[in-house]
Amino acid sequence: MIHKFKLSGFNILLDVNSGGVHIVDDLTYDLLDNVEPPFADECPEEVVNKLSKLYDAEEIKECYGEIVELYNDKILFSEDDYEKYAKFAVASPVKAMCLHIAHDCNLRCEYCFASTGDYGVGRKRMSLETGKKAIDFLIEKSQDRKFLELDFFGGEPLMNWDVVKEIVIYAREREKECGKKFRFTITTNGLLLTDDKIDFINEEMSNVVLSIDGRKSVNDRMRKRVDGTGSYDKITDVFKKLVDKRGDKEYYVRGTYTKYNLDFSEDVMHLYELGFDQISVEPVMADPEMPYAITEADLPKIFKEYEILAQKLQKVYDEGKFVNFFHFMLDLDQGPCAIKRLRGCGCGNEYVAVTPDGDIYPCHQFVGIDDFKMGNLDDGTFNQEMKSYFAASHVYSKPECKKCWAKFYCSGGCNANNYIYEGDIHNAHKLSCEIQKKRLECSIMMKALKLAETAE
Amino acid sequence: MKHIKTINKANLKKTAEKGGCGKCQASCQSACKTSCTVANQKCAKDE
Repeated sequence: MIHKFKLSGFNILLDVNSGGVHIVDDLTYDLLDNVEPPFADECPEEVVNKLSKLYDAEEIKECYGEIVELYNDKILFSEDDYEKYAKFAVASPVKAMCLHIAHDCNLRCEYCFASTGDYGVGRKRMSLETGKKAIDFLIEKSQDRKFLELDFFGGEPLMNWDVVKEIVIYAREREKECGKKFRFTITTNGLLLTDDKIDFINEEMSNVVLSIDGRKSVNDRMRKRVDGTGSYDKITDVFKKLVDKRGDKEYYVRGTYTKYNLDFSEDVMHLYELGFDQISVEPVMADPEMPYAITEADLPKIFKEYEILAQKLQKVYDEGKFVNFFHFMLDLDQGPCAIKRLRGCGCGNEYVAVTPDGDIYPCHQFVGIDDFKMGNLDDGTFNQEMKSYFAASHVYSKPECKKCWAKFYCSGGCNANNYIYEGDIHNAHKLSCEIQKKRLECSIMMKALKLAETAE
Repeated sequence: MKHIKTINKANLKKTAEKGGCGKCQASCQSACKTSCTVANQKCAKDE
């Protein structure tokens, strides 16, 4: 399978199964509409005749030879022989957890997927006892995995700060006993950040995700406090302070764009201009009936906006400066292995979410959906049948993914979005897919631009 | 080549042979939380 596209003056050709990326001239681009394996030794006469209106016949034959050479080298039209690996990692250890430390929030964001923090099941905070059980559960289920990931999530985790700290202390004790290493993350709206919390987070958390949508008008329209006032003025200062003190450790400012700001490249650049250089801004996923929801009708504008964003980021790079946009990150040589790419996030298999009541779900997005409750820490239940069900969810078990050029980049997308918007974890969520594919094309183009200067 | 310039190692198949160690980060634990992007993760096998 190949995928080709034109962007920013480049003709880009992706060989899906080898991961090969090629920059091609117009002749190759057009010739590939007319030839495919099995290849004859010489370019078919009818193809030469057809294209000779636009190109020189000898050039066409020469170009055909190059295509056949790359085919023989297995980096063009290479075979899809990964399905046999799909059975790998079926009984994976659990190595990552989203810990819902507080089902409560001090913001009332209009678009909140968690029903303004309580997931539709009541405002609650996790007890230290439940938090310790979650740590014990993760250590036990992780088997031989050394690195364990735990994200303090909510609601707003800082609303249960003392328990966050105690859980970290407990996990640090247990990791020494068990030969494990915890990597903590916290996702916060920033309203309760203070100097001592910043210092603790910067010391203990491998990554911190700071929620802010961009421009003040954009942020405050959706991210309001309980009294209706906006959050921008408070959080920009504390986020900057946290990042300035953080050194080289990982962080992201993370925003959501909606139908109200389809010019979201302005928000990405606003965050950059505020002094943040690790930025993630992504589309809201919501009931299409909601006034802020993104729908398929918005896609042309969104596609254009990603191209504009790529140009703006390129301008930053051309000036010798740095900014990282999460959804354009791509390493064409050293990225994840093909096995990882078959299954993606690993929710319900390698990754689970735990609620304040100790209920276990495949991930945070499934919390509150009764059919997907996997178990409970108090009664010791953990549904192995459901774990196997999620383990068997991979790009070859999803009909639309199997035939999609982007399958080794998105790995079958978000199972929760698939379920919530398309009725089954195996049904690709079309809106997410279209946006994902556009982001991939932009990121491949940006890599092509960089690598073309150095490749032979 | 004159018409085609290959710009990467195209090594996905090799990664299948030696991959699957499971040491890498869970994809949704990084910055997204509402969408799954995997190719922007890095391999952690040698860590």
